[in-house]
Amino acid sequence: MNIRKMLLASVAIACAAVPASALADTSGKKIALSNNYAGNSWRQAMLTSWEKITGEAVKTGVVAAADAFTTAENQATEQAAQIQNMILQGYDAIVINAASPTALNGAVKEACDAGITVVSFDGIVTEPCAWRIAVDFKEMGRSEVEYLAKRLPQGGNVLEIRGLAGVFVDDAISGGIHEGVAKYPQFKIAGSVHGDWAQDVAQRAVAGILPSLPEIAAVVTQGGDGYGAAQAFAAAKRPTPIIIMGNRQDELAWWKEQKDANGYETMSVSIAPGVSTLAFWVAQQILDGKEVKKDLVVPFLRIDQDNLEANLEKTPKGGVANVEYTLEDAQAVINSAK
Amino acid sequence: MKINLSTDSVRLLIPALSLIVLLCAVFYLQPRAMSYTGLNLLFNLAVPITLATIAQMLIMTVNDLDLSMGAFVSFVACVAATFLPTAPLIGTIILLAAIAAYAVLGVVIHVRQLPSIVVTLGMSFVWGGLAVLILPSPGGQAPVWARWIMTSKPPLMPMAIVASIIIAVITHFIVMRSSFGVLIRGVGGNTRSVERAGWSIISARAGAYALAASFAVLAGIALVGLTTSADANIALRYTLLSIAGVILGGGEFVGGRVSPIGAVIGALTLTLAGSFLSFLRISPDWQIGAQGAILIVVLALRLFLNRLEKREKGR
Repeated sequence: MNIRKMLLASVAIACAAVPASALADTSGKKIALSNNYAGNSWRQAMLTSWEKITGEAVKTGVVAAADAFTTAENQATEQAAQIQNMILQGYDAIVINAASPTALNGAVKEACDAGITVVSFDGIVTEPCAWRIAVDFKEMGRSEVEYLAKRLPQGGNVLEIRGLAGVFVDDAISGGIHEGVAKYPQFKIAGSVHGDWAQDVAQRAVAGILPSLPEIAAVVTQGGDGYGAAQAFAAAKRPTPIIIMGNRQDELAWWKEQKDANGYETMSVSIAPGVSTLAFWVAQQILDGKEVKKDLVVPFLRIDQDNLEANLEKTPKGGVANVEYTLEDAQAVINSAK
Repeated sequence: MKINLSTDSVRLLIPALSLIVLLCAVFYLQPRAMSYTGLNLLFNLAVPITLATIAQMLIMTVNDLDLSMGAFVSFVACVAATFLPTAPLIGTIILLAAIAAYAVLGVVIHVRQLPSIVVTLGMSFVWGGLAVLILPSPGGQAPVWARWIMTSKPPLMPMAIVASIIIAVITHFIVMRSSFGVLIRGVGGNTRSVERAGWSIISARAGAYALAASFAVLAGIALVGLTTSADANIALRYTLLSIAGVILGGGEFVGGRVSPIGAVIGALTLTLAGSFLSFLRISPDWQIGAQGAILIVVLALRLFLNRLEKREKGR
């Protein structure tokens, strides 16, 4: 009697435990990536990372399919149509890098109503039914000034290179930089130019403003503009300030060159394009039935003096330093949000 | 036996056929699309494009081209997502003022003999700037009634199809049947003879521009009703899409030769072409090219038909 009861109880426990511990619950699920733009090295790396990690996941049977779609033009209306097509195609989850935080909300709502899990990352959407893996761009800007405060306790003049005007990422990073400067008043932003996240534009913009500037102690950037700034300083025959880099290969290569030549020290920070793989794993976890908070935060990828060589080696020419996330990384991000 | 088709029906034939062929291909690739919700998902974003295409068609009727269409629809979307729900009166006044501005543009273009491309390209920056002023960062809230209309579920046919039919019938009536329609098509065909017949070209142009602006306003509101909120760059694509829609639907750049029903079909075809390519799983690198290829095939077919038509006449 007693033994029978115990047996029954253990069977019951086993039955209850099986669904929770089953790993391959999502093996029949299909995930789609809706991407709005593929025209720069960052996005190319993002798509390559997606292909690499999801290809592996499909092969090992974690999910049934993980297809990537990119819109031909970087336009919200086109991406909304793309998302509606994905609903028709019967995907179980849609991972989105959105062209606009709000203009896709109607399509996202349609997807949610159809019972589809929607995870947005990098370019996030505001529709409440979707998950958001956001980048704290403000914090990124602040961290640049914090680094400078450590390097230059006495402060000095700072040149700010901004991104593409009118894009919220530019506003957010710049806002963080200005907050940092307010916290460390020994720094003064002597000038501010738009580098559009492109080396050639940044070089032209910096060369244009340099003659009117006093001595510059440091340059704060948004990524994709550090190398151009360095070239502009060299061309004007002015001493090279501390230029914060943005993980681009040309920037890291220049930094390495300077480091070997004269012990130049700086740091580099940006978002790893592999964040698409983090979004993939988060979507997989949600499909698996995990309880996941709607708002998650991506860690930055920061390169310092000591790990420069290792990162430069891994970065393809013309590419961006990258890191691909694993299921465990995603679980860590999910758990840290709770 | 020879089937006698009027020139207008021949013009409609190619766009209608290409739409049907594409639709069959989409149904074959994705049987799920062959349902009420499926059709709605396929076509609901075509409604604002259709309205913008009609607007562009009206401008093209008087031999002009509007390069500010996308920026104007974006501007309207921003107004619709900010003022219309909170202060309907001010919102309506702004939109009416925008329509009036379009009428003035028509007059200025006519009186000063300016090329419409230059004027509207310039205006596109004005509309874009105003849109950013009204909505500096993406957001806003669609008016409840716009949302209700765009998500409504009429019996028998999905909203997108019903809306397309209504738009086609109304504009067909305005452009092909009403005396105003004849007048503006006449302006496009032969301005001087219309003028000699005692009509005011200025008021015809102003009327065509104002009517086009009204349709563009409807496009902006419909777009916001679908997306729930706006963005200053939300509809920039509509400039080229609307021109392509008119041409695809059998319209021409000059001569007042337009077809409202064709324009609606053209807009639907363009929307469907995008879905078709994404169902085909063509790699994103090739998609722009493939979309262009579809356009070229349809236009080549039309050119071919035009040739046949001319040869028939020559005989």
